[in-house]
Amino acid sequence: MTVHNIRHGDASDGAFAEAVGGRLSRVDGRAKITGAAKYAVEQQLEGLAYAVLVESTIASGKVRAIDTTAAQAAPGVLQVLTPDTIISLKTAADWFGTPPPDKPYCPLARDITFSGQHVAAVVAETFEQAVAAAALVKVSYDETPSIVDLSDAKAGDGIPIDAMTKEWGDAQGAFASAPVRICAAYNTPREYQAPMEPHGLIARWDGDRLTVWEPSQWLDGMARTYAEWFGVPFENVRLVSPYIGGGFGSKALALSHGAVAACAAKMLGRPVRLVMTRPQTFTGYGGRAATRQTVTIGADAQGKIQSIVHRGVNETSIDGMWVEPLGSVTSIMYATPNFSSRQNVVRVNSVVPGAMRAPGENPSAFGIESAIDELAYEVGIDPLEIRLRNYAEQDPHAKKAWSTRQLREAFAAGAERFGWSRRSPEPRSMRDGNQLIGWGVAAGTYPVRRAYGEAIVRILADGSVEVESSSIDMGQGTYTILAQTAAETVGVRADDVVVKLGDSRFPRAGVTGGSRLAGVMTGAVYKAATSALDQLIGLAISDPRSPFHALQANTLVAANGRMSSPRGDGPDLSIAELLKSVGRDHIEATGDTMPANSTPEDRYKNYTTIAMALPHTEGDYSRHSWCAHFIEVRVDEDFGTVRVSRVVSALDSGRLYNPKLAESQWKGGIIMGIGQALLEEGIVDRRHGRIVNNNLADYLVPTNADIPDIEVISVGIPDLHSSVLGGKGVGELAIVGVAPAIANAVFHATGKRIRDLPITLEKLI
Amino acid sequence: MRDFSYLRANSLDAAREAAALPGAMLLAGGTTLIDLAKCGVAEPETLVDITHLKGLDSIEMSERGATIGALARMGHVADHAGIRSRFPAVSEALWQAASAQIRNMATIGGNLMQRTRCPYFRDPANFPACNKRQPGSGCSAIGGVTRGHAVLGTSDACIAMYPGDLAVALVAFDAILHLGERQIPVDDFFLLPGTTPDREHAIAPGEMITAIEIPGSASARRSTYLKIRDRQSYEFAAASAAVGIEFEPDHRTIRDLRVALGGVATKPWRARAVEDALKGKVLEPDAVSAASLLAVEGAVDQGANHYKIELAPRVVARAILKLGETA
Repeated sequence: MTVHNIRHGDASDGAFAEAVGGRLSRVDGRAKITGAAKYAVEQQLEGLAYAVLVESTIASGKVRAIDTTAAQAAPGVLQVLTPDTIISLKTAADWFGTPPPDKPYCPLARDITFSGQHVAAVVAETFEQAVAAAALVKVSYDETPSIVDLSDAKAGDGIPIDAMTKEWGDAQGAFASAPVRICAAYNTPREYQAPMEPHGLIARWDGDRLTVWEPSQWLDGMARTYAEWFGVPFENVRLVSPYIGGGFGSKALALSHGAVAACAAKMLGRPVRLVMTRPQTFTGYGGRAATRQTVTIGADAQGKIQSIVHRGVNETSIDGMWVEPLGSVTSIMYATPNFSSRQNVVRVNSVVPGAMRAPGENPSAFGIESAIDELAYEVGIDPLEIRLRNYAEQDPHAKKAWSTRQLREAFAAGAERFGWSRRSPEPRSMRDGNQLIGWGVAAGTYPVRRAYGEAIVRILADGSVEVESSSIDMGQGTYTILAQTAAETVGVRADDVVVKLGDSRFPRAGVTGGSRLAGVMTGAVYKAATSALDQLIGLAISDPRSPFHALQANTLVAANGRMSSPRGDGPDLSIAELLKSVGRDHIEATGDTMPANSTPEDRYKNYTTIAMALPHTEGDYSRHSWCAHFIEVRVDEDFGTVRVSRVVSALDSGRLYNPKLAESQWKGGIIMGIGQALLEEGIVDRRHGRIVNNNLADYLVPTNADIPDIEVISVGIPDLHSSVLGGKGVGELAIVGVAPAIANAVFHATGKRIRDLPITLEKLI
Repeated sequence: MRDFSYLRANSLDAAREAAALPGAMLLAGGTTLIDLAKCGVAEPETLVDITHLKGLDSIEMSERGATIGALARMGHVADHAGIRSRFPAVSEALWQAASAQIRNMATIGGNLMQRTRCPYFRDPANFPACNKRQPGSGCSAIGGVTRGHAVLGTSDACIAMYPGDLAVALVAFDAILHLGERQIPVDDFFLLPGTTPDREHAIAPGEMITAIEIPGSASARRSTYLKIRDRQSYEFAAASAAVGIEFEPDHRTIRDLRVALGGVATKPWRARAVEDALKGKVLEPDAVSAASLLAVEGAVDQGANHYKIELAPRVVARAILKLGETA
């Protein structure tokens, strides 16, 4: 549980910062910067023991034996867990809530399907003792040949995923007769979320009640998984996740290391802490799957698209299924009368890949936004012009109107600000000494994922307001925008709102993923706050003890924590004074956005699975956020080094609840996109099937020195088809399209088309 | 748990005596040692903390050159006015190394003892074979992921790259290491792997780097360190060059030239062939480019690191030409 008293962050918080749409600084910023914010695994608990994982050193085969003799005898060791000694769990349902097979689940593996799989764990009195003893656990294996990655000859063509097939018209036929044709293959490597805070948890049992302090993007979903594993009621599991040091999709699910820690705590009867090492974060859960796409476009001589044929492949694990939807952007970005997209998934010896900022849309955009650029050069027109010539006036796949699509406005605003009209069209035609200069453009999009949320709003005796929700803040600003929502709705200052998040005892919330939380939770808080205010006004008007009773008014207004009549002809008193006068110590209202006839089962399903999420094409509209990136690179012609020197991005996320925080998220996405374009790649030793650059010195993410000033421009308008207050998704949008914009700029600079990320120097020299 | 002794040395002699104990290692900034201990490579029996020794962190400038105490911090040396004006390549090598946080902790002596970033060397649990760690056990890197491995000075036993920057500049300008009573040219201090890649430095148990002496020269004064890498900061070099030039009074003819390479070899790599080819010649781009190719004579690549053979001569040529522009 976390309590925030809102304080203004800096001088840029203007007079109207406190309302929805204001630029209030992050209310949790000070606590984080000063170190006062206590993260999940920093809880000090009596009797805490420490668990350390032992991982497989082969990629494929079976554990023959585990010799724990030396580890058992090591100083401070409390227990050594192996597949033979760990308690048996039940298999939990997946995140869709699909009923699981009735078979036991063991979080420690006997059958090895990737290097780095958890095979044992050591629990000791201290962390250092556990680390030392873990190194003494001797595991022997019967090794079998592994499938390293998509390029492995043994990998094959994979499994067709029919649900990914999107087709209309006669794409092959139209391509064959098109006067201009391009066809190319685009590859993206394994990429990793690399959050600053590694994954870890503290688990404590009190009888048959489990408390888990764990960074989480989904308290209720993870609580359900723990409950199902251990066969206890959902209500018996409490997840606590006050702050999250970055998630990017990787902290939404309960994972096997969590099961190990909770088992150890149960077996020992002591709270147990388990934190992954940085190398373990590269195999303890999945990053973005490696992908391959071929994009084939047929167009007329003016560049008007006649046909798109798209084929995609992503890797998944031997026994898990991850589909990275590679046709998601391909199928909606441009108008085309003929279209075909199909996708296969290939099993390789890797941990099952997972969600990473804009799964699907991100690699999809790399394919189509590179290909359209290639088409522009083939036709001989400006890369921005070709996008406008093929502008999709409605969703070409769903055949529905866009709820809002400010992409044309994004192209216009970005191009204007960037100075695109001054671009010299020929590759290698702009330079500064040894530096070849290139300008590239690409578009991005992300669907509006919608779900339901609930919240409690309390108006307290001192006139302050309290908001509770089991949703979370991983840096994106939930604490702040929910305070703004409650402040504006009730009519108090944001300083007087306390937002409590990150505890599954609070009113429930679905996953913080798919850029949906702000839209869901502002709606829920708005409803709860409206209801609380209605109660307050009702009391003020109807209670005989109220100073407003004699006024005979129909309603009252609340502002700055004070109540008055709309005409200003009655009393003017603070909310605290009003509550005192009517003898109430608080008013409380629960609000949710669920349909009115929802059953308790519906609610449970909504908050603990993703099965109830609303399709973005539900009803009459197709709902998406949109963006356009304009990027300048400087490529050293001798060294092949690429530096991004200018970024102007115009983005349509609908109404922004807090522009300052939205801009910050957009810039974060762009920075992550720069890393993806130029630096990030999990490198596998092909003999061992093991990621060798599993640390932050060798897996490169951008430093400040790699990032120029980034200018972001909001071109959104309120979209009430997308959310209660008019916002669309923010968090994932901005990474989509950055990598192709950079690849396109690199082509403009050098004349070399790089279709394999990242664009490292050896690909250009 | 692996216990070790911790000794705080209060005199140089005490430090050297303790360092001679079996399994003893010196602890200064700790930026390499703690890292290597965490990944299971360094397993000292005794840590000898030398950070409290007095008088070892000074930077003294004289007519003859600079003398830098072994405990001077990387960041301090990089910012030192005398180093910046008389040895720009040394300052530039330092500030382009590591991160600001590491430079504020790491010492000059410790920097010279920095070990390779070879991922196979650094992961004993998964890759038991490493001739550097375990003589005779084999090399896991050969045939593996080798994008960052050396192309010069390699052997069948080891292809691990020397990762540092400072020593590259020191090799170029004939710096001398003070190991107590003994002094040794820095080029001789770093050993080629040959058949004994576990022996990296010409230093005996009980010896300790106390200072680095860099002779002043006209070429050191007109010098630069050019470091090329994918990431702008906090990455080891794909290829780097420390270069210094002294011109004849005509400002065109090269009287003295110093060239050393980083990021491509198993030790800081002096490129005397490039120096010899250009000394006495007029500085001219084509001649510089042609001569720079000599920097990678004898290079052997592993495939993934072939680009270094292309890249290194270009880095050398750029650095030389850049210095020529200021003549």
